[in-house]
Amino acid sequence: MAKYRVLPGPEAFLPPSAACAGVVLPDPGQGHIHGEIVHEDIAMEEAAKQLLTAKVPTIFPGPLVLWNWNEKAAKKATAIKALYDELKSHNAGALLIPMPDYRPKYPKINPEVEINPNHPNLTIWHNKIDACMFVGVHCHQANLSLKIIRGGTNCYTIAMCAQAGHEDAMLSFRDATPDKIWKLVEVVRKAKASGVYASRGGVAVSKA
Amino acid sequence: MEANTIIGTVNKKGQKIVEPEYLFFEAPRQQYFMTGSEVVREAIRRASVDISVAYPITPQSEAAAMVGDLYVEGYVGDYFRGESEFAVMSQCAGASFGGARVFTTTSGPGTLRAYENFPMWAGSRLPILINVMVRGINSPLNIQPDTLELGMILDTGMLIWHAETAQELLDYLLKGYIVAEEPDVHLPIAIVIDGFFVSHTKDMVMIPSADLALPPYNPYRSPVPCMDMEVPPVRMMRDPFVMKSNYISYATHASWQQEIRAAIERSRKHTIRLIGGLIEEENGDAEILIVSSGTAVAQGREAIRLLAEEGIRVGIVKIKTLRPFPHEEIRQATKNAKLIFVPEFNVVGWMAREIKAVIPDNHRVIDGPHVAGGMTLPPEVIVEEIKKVLAGKKEVVRG
Repeated sequence: MAKYRVLPGPEAFLPPSAACAGVVLPDPGQGHIHGEIVHEDIAMEEAAKQLLTAKVPTIFPGPLVLWNWNEKAAKKATAIKALYDELKSHNAGALLIPMPDYRPKYPKINPEVEINPNHPNLTIWHNKIDACMFVGVHCHQANLSLKIIRGGTNCYTIAMCAQAGHEDAMLSFRDATPDKIWKLVEVVRKAKASGVYASRGGVAVSKA
Repeated sequence: MEANTIIGTVNKKGQKIVEPEYLFFEAPRQQYFMTGSEVVREAIRRASVDISVAYPITPQSEAAAMVGDLYVEGYVGDYFRGESEFAVMSQCAGASFGGARVFTTTSGPGTLRAYENFPMWAGSRLPILINVMVRGINSPLNIQPDTLELGMILDTGMLIWHAETAQELLDYLLKGYIVAEEPDVHLPIAIVIDGFFVSHTKDMVMIPSADLALPPYNPYRSPVPCMDMEVPPVRMMRDPFVMKSNYISYATHASWQQEIRAAIERSRKHTIRLIGGLIEEENGDAEILIVSSGTAVAQGREAIRLLAEEGIRVGIVKIKTLRPFPHEEIRQATKNAKLIFVPEFNVVGWMAREIKAVIPDNHRVIDGPHVAGGMTLPPEVIVEEIKKVLAGKKEVVRG
């Protein structure tokens, strides 16, 4: 049987959990791309590429970084804002959409204001988001979102995780500290400066 | 609280907090002759348990009472008796939601009375450790060992490790916390022993010093919000989406259930690291294998010794974890076997079903021998079963 790959969807009415399909989480210093374990630096470069070439790159910060509940959260929030600024200066279409909590939003979510783990596809469809990064979302809630997104949309998902990472994202880091987020900011800056990725009229295109 | 900041510090009982790997693999150990219940007490003494809730039911009552002694001695933060097993498991859930490391025990009918809580624990990602000392559950009343109840909790979403000996019981209780509390796992874990056969018999056990203890549980590494009314973000656990009737609510709930099973799968790598693999093999290349878990394995070991005296070579595969089930390991371990015997202490043969479900050519599986209702399973019964089957298959299997 072919090895399962975690690819952009829409995959299925109810896609499998990647972990149950044989995808394992990276060890410290590693990341994964489509379920393949790679050195973290390679994952950083691929994440930068995906964010810089997307039409609507979007960061979804979750409660763990939106709420100023400890010193580390505040430092992470600062780094995430810097990453967003880098993307926004490259592509006016870049978005920063918060996930402030996990309660289902009824009668309907306002997809321009927030994203919710119970129906993340609505926010992605509404904003035509083609690449996104989760950060500061509790792991269980992130996995729910990532799987629903893979099931119903064609969005490329990246998970910057403070714990062990996420198989259900197309690309995932682990053990994210403020320093690691800043490292991604630097990788994005360097990729922008290289001129490989240029933006035009709010839409990023690759020269590669 | 960062775990690495407390390593080397001393808790209120004067125990030194050490790295789990040090406690498991490096710390000097001393030999003791103890019952399984006493071993539970010694494991929990070193486990930095915050709360234990108890309710008496044979054969776990003795171990639960000994944990009460630990509370009096100051090794356990809080301890009380619930009103029933259902209440106990619900109270354990509340304690775990609040960020405590929780320990409890159960047996037989108590397990079934508590049953609704087990999938609730798993669905809530609560890393509660429960020591299940299995016993008979069906009428007429029986307090003797029988693993039927174990077959019934297989699909609750809990991790389940089945200890064969008192030594494994000690090690699994301590290591179980560390695996269950990994943020990518974070599930309840049942450490199972066969009641009386392990709980009430004495065995040699190597135990590290009582001056050492595991690091305490850190609820802020949980994959779901810790129920902390002082630290934001709170109010995240309201409004269950299952109360709404629409497609996306159903999709979320389905994904949620999948995520519990995914967490079981993620436990594999942590478990393999700490308990040295999900199975153990002896004479793994033999064409006749005994495959089982718990004390059925111990009886199987003696059976292969008796058979060896008659020139019949038999191997044994011991299954240490029922969830995650070691399907690939069993496929590999049985790939050359022509006959696979599955001795069990229950009337239904759930272990044989599990094995048949994961291997090719499953007509090779001989469902038995079985005993039930507290009967012992003498090695001679296993020998007799194997020889009986071999008598009809001489052309297939080499002796």
